[in-house]
Amino acid sequence: MMHKMILLLMLLAFQNINADGQVYYTKNGNVSFFSKTVLENIDAENNQVISVLNTETGALQFSLLNNAFHFPKAKMESDFNEDYMESDKYPRSSFKGTITNLSDVNFNKDGSYPVKVNGDLTVHGVTKNISAPGTIVIKDGNVSATSSFKVLVSDYKIKIPSIVSNKIGESIEVKVACDYQKK
Amino acid sequence: MSIKFLLLPILFFAFSEQACCQDSTDMMNQLINQSEKDKIHYAENTFKYTRVVDGHSVENLHKQVLDVRISHRFDPINSGIYNFFGLDVAVMRLGFDYGISNNFMIGVGHSVYQKTYDGFFKWRILRQSTGAVNMPITLSFVPTIAVNTLRQFDSVKTSFQDRVSSVFQLLIARKFSETFSLQLMPTFIHADRISFNHIKQNIVAIGIAGTQKVSKRMNVNVEYYYQLPEDQAPGAHNVLSLGIDLGTGGHVFQLHFTNSLGMTEKSFISETPGQWSKGDIMFGFNISRVFQLGNIRKRIGKRKNS
Repeated sequence: MMHKMILLLMLLAFQNINADGQVYYTKNGNVSFFSKTVLENIDAENNQVISVLNTETGALQFSLLNNAFHFPKAKMESDFNEDYMESDKYPRSSFKGTITNLSDVNFNKDGSYPVKVNGDLTVHGVTKNISAPGTIVIKDGNVSATSSFKVLVSDYKIKIPSIVSNKIGESIEVKVACDYQKK
Repeated sequence: MSIKFLLLPILFFAFSEQACCQDSTDMMNQLINQSEKDKIHYAENTFKYTRVVDGHSVENLHKQVLDVRISHRFDPINSGIYNFFGLDVAVMRLGFDYGISNNFMIGVGHSVYQKTYDGFFKWRILRQSTGAVNMPITLSFVPTIAVNTLRQFDSVKTSFQDRVSSVFQLLIARKFSETFSLQLMPTFIHADRISFNHIKQNIVAIGIAGTQKVSKRMNVNVEYYYQLPEDQAPGAHNVLSLGIDLGTGGHVFQLHFTNSLGMTEKSFISETPGQWSKGDIMFGFNISRVFQLGNIRKRIGKRKNS
């Protein structure tokens, strides 16, 4: 009896080791953000987002270069990097977290699964814990993920001078879209 | 005994759990390192704007950006209280610059001083970068043509050739730190025949310029041009200008003190009569406003579809 149990546990353990292979990644994920005010709408897009998703543990990570965001106006782009994000000092923004309801997702079955993600978002040198809703879509074995959430500019110590404060919203809507490939 | 055996697989569990998360972090770092290697990191904002004070910096306008520049220069401070220390008399240059691509811009202008029309292009040939491409300097080529259209006495016959001058400059710049950049400007000038009493028509000069960032919105600039003494016209001195750049969000102000009245390359490099040591110092300021013509992000849409 005991031997059987040990064997079972051993098997379970090995199974888990095998599961390490369940890592998905992308090098060209998409993150965009949108700020709406009476005076001006600002939207920017980054198509070079790196992300790794472990479907066994639910670990989810993102990293992007701030200066890879592109804006409709050249001036917005340089203001964003120089004045607000200080991209020379803080070149990357990142997220490190987990999918908290991983058991709701069946990675072997096509479908659209709503997920909750919790983790640490680091922007402008400041790390804050955030939670965001998202969707994982499985289609023909391919994994893709989307999410949309809001961040407060003031949470990340990004100073907006009063002269342009009516052009930049206090709350920024962030959208994430990644098509993953298997490692 | 049996407990020990039970512990073993649990330990396995624990280790494998750790291994998997470590695994995805490792992979993340690997991907980041790879992308850092593959990407070219250009030195941005070597200078704050496209001009140091009067002369060009290695900065280019972005594609499809129009820059309207109004430059003012007052009389020398040593002209005294009657002239309100120079502020009673002003000359100006109205200029329009436009970015054809991110590395190529053109511009035209008209100056009150000697009723001069001028035109130039600026081509950025090399760009300082790290990462996939390692380039220690930025190199640009700027040719300028200017035409003096001042009426001459009827007795003096002047042809168009007599009025045209051209200047060829190489700009070699390096951003040494986040706040400090230096630039060298080897310059060849072919002067016109009516603006100044040049003995030699061809003048070789070398300029040096520097910028120091003092705050997010302010830079301090210095610009100096040295003419070869054998080429220098009698009565012409080397130009030294000190300036500050102020960005206010929408507009850009450049305030400066200089010993030159002219604002085109040929005038300020080779035809500056004033001397700092004699108090021939003039206050001036440039106002610049940029306009984005067209949406630059269309190219992303294209990239996505391709």
